[in-house]
Amino acid sequence: MNPWLDGLRQLARYPSAIAGLALVLLLIFMALYSVVSLPYGEALERWRGSEHWRLHPVNARPIWSAWLTGEDLPATRVVAGDSDAADGETRGGVRQVRIPLAFDYGHRTFPSELKVFLTASGGGREPFARLSWRTPDGRTVPLGGYRIAGEERLALSQDWTLEQRLGRVAHVGLLAVPSAAAATPAAGVPPNGADARSGGWPWERVAHWWGASGAAPDQATPVAGAASGRAAPEAGPETAPQVLPGRYELVIDAILFDPETRLSAELAVYGRVHGWAGTDHRRRDLMTALLWGTPVALAFGLLAAVGTTFTTLIVAAAGVWFGGWIDALIQRLTEVNIILPLLPILVMVGTLYSTGIWIMLGVVIALGILGAGIKMYRAMLLPIRHAPYIEAARAYGAGDWRIVLRYLIPRILPVLIPTFVTLIPSFVFLEASLALLGLGDPVLPTWGKILNDAQAQSALYNGHYYWVLEPAALLMLTGLGFAMLGFALDRVFNPRLRSL
Amino acid sequence: MPNLPSTPPAAADPERFGYADDATTSVAAADRWRALGRDLTRLSVFTIRRLLALLLTVLIGVYLTILIANMGGRVDELRLVQIRSTVADQVRADPSFLDLSSAARNDLIRQRVELEVQRLHLDRPFLARSLDYLDRAMRLDLGRAEQMHSDRGSRQVSRIILERLPATLILFGIANLLVFFSSVLIALRLSRGYGSALDRLVVALAPSSAAPAWFYGIFLILIFAFLIPLFPAGGMVRVPPPDNVLFYGISLLWHLILPVAAMFLASIFMSIYSWRTFFLIHASEDYVDMARAKGLPERLIERRYILRPTLSPIVTSFALMLIGLWGGAIILEQIFNWPGLGTLLFQAIGHRDTPVIIGSVVIFAYLLAITVFVLDILYAILDPRVRLAGPGDGA
Repeated sequence: MNPWLDGLRQLARYPSAIAGLALVLLLIFMALYSVVSLPYGEALERWRGSEHWRLHPVNARPIWSAWLTGEDLPATRVVAGDSDAADGETRGGVRQVRIPLAFDYGHRTFPSELKVFLTASGGGREPFARLSWRTPDGRTVPLGGYRIAGEERLALSQDWTLEQRLGRVAHVGLLAVPSAAAATPAAGVPPNGADARSGGWPWERVAHWWGASGAAPDQATPVAGAASGRAAPEAGPETAPQVLPGRYELVIDAILFDPETRLSAELAVYGRVHGWAGTDHRRRDLMTALLWGTPVALAFGLLAAVGTTFTTLIVAAAGVWFGGWIDALIQRLTEVNIILPLLPILVMVGTLYSTGIWIMLGVVIALGILGAGIKMYRAMLLPIRHAPYIEAARAYGAGDWRIVLRYLIPRILPVLIPTFVTLIPSFVFLEASLALLGLGDPVLPTWGKILNDAQAQSALYNGHYYWVLEPAALLMLTGLGFAMLGFALDRVFNPRLRSL
Repeated sequence: MPNLPSTPPAAADPERFGYADDATTSVAAADRWRALGRDLTRLSVFTIRRLLALLLTVLIGVYLTILIANMGGRVDELRLVQIRSTVADQVRADPSFLDLSSAARNDLIRQRVELEVQRLHLDRPFLARSLDYLDRAMRLDLGRAEQMHSDRGSRQVSRIILERLPATLILFGIANLLVFFSSVLIALRLSRGYGSALDRLVVALAPSSAAPAWFYGIFLILIFAFLIPLFPAGGMVRVPPPDNVLFYGISLLWHLILPVAAMFLASIFMSIYSWRTFFLIHASEDYVDMARAKGLPERLIERRYILRPTLSPIVTSFALMLIGLWGGAIILEQIFNWPGLGTLLFQAIGHRDTPVIIGSVVIFAYLLAITVFVLDILYAILDPRVRLAGPGDGA
């Protein structure tokens, strides 16, 4: 019977092997999916650039985390408008248009940021736009006028004068119940609620009811305050602001001095949750890096494991077979090599030359060729050297290398496979370790680099737990998957362990 | 390393093979003294041989490090910069040159730099120079740091590194000894109750060691420093450090708990698993069965028939574990903000301070060599074959 098939059949008896295999297959599937869904060049381009992420919130949590904590956190909403679709009047070659950007807001927590993107295209003279903000309770807050040269980004949340005027940062102040009303909720809220009730969303009505019911404020205020206080510490210490639910409108009154000019506007109401993975400090969707980290991690782990295991094996077998000074040389070099500290040398190479992942891989393999494994393989191969089947091979005239490659190595290969499988995650972690030290590949998104970013931005201190937990979970799955598979393989291929 | 509690002293040779109850006459005592003398001679010969071999090994290792670091000519540039700054400092500090014009002073500096370059043979070919650098590195004369300085203000790389060494030694010494002894003792217990629920639990948990200590460190910090703030998230002592030695010690222990726990978690299950398997294999040897058949008590069998013959492989694996853990130190320290060698290396990367980085590699190589050396000696003490074989086949 085929010994490999036999081994596989035995493997199926271990539940840990099945689980490990399932994890490994899942990772391989993830790797294939990310490579197919987002091509290499595009993934790099996106990850390094910032243009693709401009409509993503900063440090938004993943959606599932809000479900876990039961908080009502908004997702990002983008409202777009255009001067072509807007109504307006033309007077003496000058066109005056009004672009309303309306949206319904009913979450209990405030958005994380407000930004307006204005793009003027075509025409000669730059258009002028005056922005104003309309709240559900009928107030109008003027946001100033701007000359739009090409592309303008108005970061309302960073507008300090606006913050002074509102008494709060814009994304809180513009959406909050006015402070007079907030101070006396019983008097202030009901009329606002009447307005909001016209809003379309069913959950919004619930949110409104929750906030406005006469008995609720006592319990409601601390909860809402706690949620927004943690999420938006800039909200100020006085009374915790509350969201005024309803339909908001950003009105852009633009004067287009040239009939050719086309003005398009986007209002981004950045949320506090984004996608299944959340975003980082540069608005990037972590999902891209988590997905693309998989093929990188697997390729690095696999290539490093193959590179070190097989070269080491060949060197050990050659040493055993040729003996004499070759063996002695290999032994002494191995002793030198064991003394060389791998990680500091990698750090040195990374600092002095390049942190490219493939250069690191080359150094890992180069230092791994004469690794500690040689001693072990040598001990295993020495008795085989005098085995009768080797004598037979020599008798028929097999060459030295034929004996080494076809007779010596295959004999101990089965013993090696478990070691090989358990080695893969250690190299995956090595790559993560290097990235954590800031020596990650300069272009590739990897799990280690996410962790490095998270650490550099004090993610744990700031409460962005997802940022650390997601790459860590993937690393853990990789480690567990390969280790479980390797342990089971060890029991199958090492008969001495099988009886235990 | 303290002896295992169950280890008979190495000098009491006959006990080793379990026939200690034989008559101990005066002749036997004299024999024993002679044997001890012979053993000591062989041991010292062995020690010297190993010491020389390891020195040679470190020499080659450091030389390779220099070659790697020098591939871009970095070390030479580095030394030129150092010479220039030293000479400029000297000239500026010398009151007799105070009245020189800046052009004349620069000229003087240039001349002196040239002299220094000639003195240090920097104009000679690389081969000769690399040997010069090797000589300095081996004597731990690691040069001056470019940006960093020690807490006491010294710019000497060796001072900077030696200042950080105790922190690393405390953390890794404690964690390694803890893991080693607890895993051997637990494994011994487990191998007795093979197949029990605890045994199967350890086997099932063994793959958890695929993740390194820093990985568990992140989780421990998250849970025990942020979610349940029981322990500090990092650092070595409270800020400001307590004056009282006792409070300093308590604060140190308090800060040690999380990093040691991370290292412990990362390696304990794998360690127990491999020792358990190891002991199980040895417990099935014929001479152990023989001892059982004789009706010897289980503890005696464990001590004399299982633990004693396997002591040298145990020590070897301890050595390998130490070697492996020196590398992991860098990141664990960085995660816990532990002011040891690893953090130093990390800071040196941040400053691109090449002398410190190369110096750290040299120090790491020395640490590894010392580890290997100490364990070689222990090996020789524990394994009579190493002593009795004499020169010919070393470790």
